[in-house]
Amino acid sequence: MTTPFYLTLKEIWRNRGRFFLFSLVIALITVLVLFIAALADGLGNGNKEYIEKLNGDLIVYKANVDLSIGASRLDRSQLRAIFRVPGVKDAGQVSFSSVVLVLSNDKKLNVALIGVEPGKPGEPPVVSGRGIGEKSSSEAIIDRNTELRTGFKVGDQLRIKSIQGTKEEFYDLKIIGVSDGRQYSLQPSVIVSHQTFDRIKPGTPTVNEADLISNLIIVQLDEPKQWQTMAATLASQVEGIQAVDLQTAYENTPGYSAQQSTLNTQRFFSLLIGVLVIGGFFQIQTLQKVPQIGMLKAIGAPNWIIAVAAVLQIVLVTILGVGIGAAVTVLLSFTFPATIPIVFSPMAIVLGIASLMLIGPIGGMVSVRYALRVEPLTALGLTG
Amino acid sequence: MTNALEAKTVTKIYKSDIGTIKAVDEVSLNVASGEFVALVGPSGSGKTTMLAILAALLRPNEGSVMIDGAELGKMSEQARARFRREKIGFTFQANNLVPYLTALENVELMLRLNGKYDRAGRERARELLARLGLGERLKNLPRQLSGGQQQRVAIARALIHAPALVLVDEPTASLDTERAHQVVKTFANLIHEQERAGIMVTHDLRMTQYADRIIQMRDGKLRRVINDPAEIRAFATTGEAVTAN
Repeated sequence: MTTPFYLTLKEIWRNRGRFFLFSLVIALITVLVLFIAALADGLGNGNKEYIEKLNGDLIVYKANVDLSIGASRLDRSQLRAIFRVPGVKDAGQVSFSSVVLVLSNDKKLNVALIGVEPGKPGEPPVVSGRGIGEKSSSEAIIDRNTELRTGFKVGDQLRIKSIQGTKEEFYDLKIIGVSDGRQYSLQPSVIVSHQTFDRIKPGTPTVNEADLISNLIIVQLDEPKQWQTMAATLASQVEGIQAVDLQTAYENTPGYSAQQSTLNTQRFFSLLIGVLVIGGFFQIQTLQKVPQIGMLKAIGAPNWIIAVAAVLQIVLVTILGVGIGAAVTVLLSFTFPATIPIVFSPMAIVLGIASLMLIGPIGGMVSVRYALRVEPLTALGLTG
Repeated sequence: MTNALEAKTVTKIYKSDIGTIKAVDEVSLNVASGEFVALVGPSGSGKTTMLAILAALLRPNEGSVMIDGAELGKMSEQARARFRREKIGFTFQANNLVPYLTALENVELMLRLNGKYDRAGRERARELLARLGLGERLKNLPRQLSGGQQQRVAIARALIHAPALVLVDEPTASLDTERAHQVVKTFANLIHEQERAGIMVTHDLRMTQYADRIIQMRDGKLRRVINDPAEIRAFATTGEAVTAN
């Protein structure tokens, strides 16, 4: 069993320049595949992060809006009706809008403004500072992305510009907490109480709390595993609503599915190109080695040694290339600013590397099969 | 001397668009251990096909081949490969050596294939290469060796595992006269020393002077056998031109 290893290692070592160059090609494909995966995760996060991380089991929309958050409108009476349904543990209204953070040196940052009920589902936990007070109207939580892009900390003041009616209005809020990443609609977020939201959001403010309209209601259940049954129950007992789980909700955020399917298609084609490139290289190499393979078979080398040596070579070159590519990807990832939507999740990296490890053997199978079919008679210049 | 090789009425037929061709037509020959035989003939005489049959690379349509008491015709392909590995040594006209292994590693490869790669085997490989005048070239790759040196490495590889039969196909095809004589003479000496059965296929009749017997083929048939040393010398010095393949 050591002979195939011996032949493989000797050939790679004595032709290390050529094999190293080829492994660089595999490394480039690796970088491409991993970056596309990270881009898919980053853009996906940008769309779904807030919803994916919600502390709830169901998300309630207005019925017949095709799960469009922008078109969904829910009022306090519907919230009260939801509370009356057995199995509902807690619920909170959540609203979304978009405003501009006015930064120093006249710089601006577009952010998602999210209005929540303090202490209710929808308000994210903070990693520093505290949550929003019940009666506060000038406090805000910023998410990690806003913190990275603005440099704001707990205790700082932030200024929000909002178009209300036809006027530009400015509002100063005190930052009382910082949450983890809670992007919404590819924007970093600022989370405020629903009263604050209603006061500062673009458009016309609500007159009083009883008239509070939100986009969504986040529901926590006594038994989260019963979400499917509860979704149906809520829809039947509360008029004019539709309830779905979190995954369904974020998969229906605008552009998410189209974006992910596009990126997945790119990922697939990158892998396919990898298979073809690797397969082409090893096929050419095998064609050049036909006389040598014929000679080895003529002196009695069994087919299994030829096959194992060929497969080993493909595997080793692939491992080297993927290793270099992964290392380069990690190094490059440190150079990207926080504004670029690229996220390297462990699962995506592991899956990417696993699929890349397979493209070598898959691509090289044709050349291995070809090598096995070389006749030892070729060593004598005969064709059988 | 015992016969290491016994071939009886070996026939090989090929089918082509114009009909059937008998590449080898009822050829019988025996080669004893320690005997060096030159197999000569013009292009298309069937000598390379005969060599392939003796090497267990081709199955004859008729006849039998026995090497070291084993009948080749009854063997499976796997068994024939194992038989080539254990009982036959082979050198080729070209592409003799693995290009990424040194001279010593190429010879040791035969030991590895036979599971005999140990200290004693490695020492034998060194000694054999030194015997062939390559003691200073053990760590050279084939591209760093001349054609004659490569042939000598191939001869060492063909002999290292103590085969019953050694076959060399046109060993001097790309060599100048001086190196050609050197290679064939060394090969003949080793065949005699180690008591192997050796067969050399060649176009170059001058090289037949080192053989114990000359077998001449033409049109697939065995035409003439020369045993007498004087006749061998005379045959070798005629300088008769033979068309290459």
